Amino acid sequence: MTQTQAANNPVASGAMALPTDNRRRRGGLRRSLTPMGFLLPYFLVTAVFFVYPLIYATILSFHMTSGPGVRQYVGVSNFTFVLTDPDFHTALYNTAFFAVCSVCVQLPLSFGLAMMLNAGKDRLRGFFRLAIFAPNLVGQVFVAILFTMLFTPRYGMFNRLVHMVTGFGLEQQWLTDPAWVMPGVVIAAIWLYVGFNMIYFLAALQNVSKTLVEAAWIDGAGPWGVFWNVTRPAVMPVATFVVVVSTIGSFQLFELPFILLEGYGPKNSGMTIVGYLYNNAFENGDLGTAAAVGWLLTLIILSISLVQIKLSGTMENDR
Amino acid sequence: MNGLQITLIIMAAVFPALWLIRRRWGWVYARWAGLILAAVVMTLPFVWLTCAAFKDKTVLNEFMFLPPASELSAETINLDNFTELFAPKQTVSGTVSFWRYFANSLFLAGGTTFISMVFCSMGGYALAKYRFAGRNAILGFMLASLTIPGVVLLAPNFEIIWQLGWMDSYLALIVPAAASAFGIFLFRQALLNVPDDLIEAGRIDGCSEFRIYLQLAMPLVRPMTGAFCLITFLAQWNAFLQPNIFLQSQYKLTLPVVLNQYISEYAQQYGVFLAGTLVAIIPPAILFMALQREFISGLTSGAVKQ
Repeated sequence: MTQTQAANNPVASGAMALPTDNRRRRGGLRRSLTPMGFLLPYFLVTAVFFVYPLIYATILSFHMTSGPGVRQYVGVSNFTFVLTDPDFHTALYNTAFFAVCSVCVQLPLSFGLAMMLNAGKDRLRGFFRLAIFAPNLVGQVFVAILFTMLFTPRYGMFNRLVHMVTGFGLEQQWLTDPAWVMPGVVIAAIWLYVGFNMIYFLAALQNVSKTLVEAAWIDGAGPWGVFWNVTRPAVMPVATFVVVVSTIGSFQLFELPFILLEGYGPKNSGMTIVGYLYNNAFENGDLGTAAAVGWLLTLIILSISLVQIKLSGTMENDR
Repeated sequence: MNGLQITLIIMAAVFPALWLIRRRWGWVYARWAGLILAAVVMTLPFVWLTCAAFKDKTVLNEFMFLPPASELSAETINLDNFTELFAPKQTVSGTVSFWRYFANSLFLAGGTTFISMVFCSMGGYALAKYRFAGRNAILGFMLASLTIPGVVLLAPNFEIIWQLGWMDSYLALIVPAAASAFGIFLFRQALLNVPDDLIEAGRIDGCSEFRIYLQLAMPLVRPMTGAFCLITFLAQWNAFLQPNIFLQSQYKLTLPVVLNQYISEYAQQYGVFLAGTLVAIIPPAILFMALQREFISGLTSGAVKQ
C-alpha cells in the first residue's frame, strides 16, 4: 500500500529512501504496540493484584489495623510481636516438621515408585500411573474431609487397617492427641502428593539416555554403578526442581490441617505459618500482623530455596 | 494372625525365594508387588468413600466397606444420603439446594479457566513471537514474581477487594486469576515451536495480528492448551482459601466451602457429606480422564528439557 502510494506521489518517489524508511518506522511502531496489546490483560491484573498489593503489604506490615480501612503506624512492632509470639513458634516448628517430612519421606517414596514404574514397559503402566496419581484430582480440601473420617478411632478405615496389619493403633487419636496431629497431617499429605512428584521423577527417568545405560552395562557396571553414574546425574536437575518446589509448597501448607482439624487442632498442635497468618488476618482482623507474617514467610522460603539450589549446584560440580 | 497379615507375610516371603532361584525373577516380582500394593493403598480411600456414600447411617461404622452379601438389603444400602444431600435446605439467605453449589463451582472454575486461557495464551504469544524493547525485562519480572508466595498478597488483596466493592462477588475470585505469570510461561514455551514462516505467511496474506494468533498459532498448541485448562480447572475447583474469605452469601458458596460447613452440620450422619464429596470429585475425574496425556506432558514441560 505505502509503496504504491509513494510511487504515485511525485514528491515522495523523488526521494527513493523516504518511503521504505517511513514504512519501516510505521511497521516497527505497529509491531511493538501489538505485543503490548496482547500483554495488556496481564499488565493490568499484575499491576492491581500483584505489584500494588506487594507494596501495600510492605506498608501494612508497619501498621496496626482493625478490619479493612482503619490503621495506625506502629513501626516494627508487628514483626517483634510475631517473632516473640509462642503461637508463631509453634507454627514455625510444625511447618518445618512438615517440610522435612515432605522432602525426606515423601520424595524418596515418589522416586521409588517412579523407578518401579520405569523399570519395565508394559500395558499396565498407564493404569498404575493413574491409580497413584488419582488423589491429586481432588485437592487438599477433599482429602482433608476424607481423612477426618479415615482417622476416626476404632471405626476409621486407616485405624482398622493399621490394626489389622500391626495389631496396634485401633484407638489411636490422630486428630485430638497433640503429639499425633502433625504425623497425621503428614500421612494425609503423603497420600495426596506422592503421585504428583512421581510424575516429575518418571519424566526425568524417561529422559535418561538408553545408549548411555547400555554402554555402562557393557563396561561392566553393576546395577548400583549404573544408577550412581548414569541415572543419578541425569535425574539431578529435576530432583533439585522437585525438592525446591515441594519445600516452597510445604511452607505454604494451610488447607489440609485447617479442614482436617476444623481449625488449628488441640493446643494449636496443627497450626502452620499460613494458618497463623489466616488467623490474624481474618479471625482477628489484624491485617498488619498478617502482612508482616507474609513477608517473614517470603524471607524464609527465599533463603531456603537459595540454599537448596546452591547445595545441589555444588553436588553436581562434585561428580 | 488374620488374613491380611498372612497375605503380607507370604508376599514378602516370595521375594527372597525367587531371588535365590534367579535374581532377575526376584526383581520383577518385587516391582509388581510394590506397584500393586501402592495402587491398592492409593485407591482404597476412594473405594471406601464410594461404599460409605451408599451405606445407611445405621451401618456406616459397622462394616469397613460394603456389608457382607447376607446383610445386603435396602436397609443397609440405599440412596438416603443422596436424597438428604440434594434436598433443598433453609439457610440465612433463602432455600438453597446442593445443585446450586455444584453450579456455582462449575461456573467459577469453568469461567476462570476460559478467561485465563485466553489472556495467558495472548501473553505467551506476545513473548514468544515478537521482538520488542523490554521483552527480556518482562520475562525476568515474571520469573521473579513466581518466587513470591501467594499468601503475602492475601492481606492487602483483602483490602483492595474491599475497596473495589467486590466483597461477596465472583469478580473477587475471577479477575485476580485472569492472567498468571505461570500460565503465560507455559504458553510461551509451547508457542516458541510455532514456525515464524507460518506467521509471516499469514501477514503477507493480510491476516490481522489477532487472527494470526487465534487461527494460525493457537491450533498448533492444542495439547498445551488442554494441559493448562486442566491444571487451572483443578486448582479453581479445589480452591478453598479465597472463596472462603471473599464469599459470604450462602447461595454463592462453592463446593469445598460448603462441604467444610457440612463436616460440623452433619457430624452425626456423615454419610451425607461423604455423598457430597463423591459428587464433587466427579467433574475433575471426568476432565482428567479426557485430558490425561496432555496433562502429564504439560506438568513436566516446565521441569524437564525436551
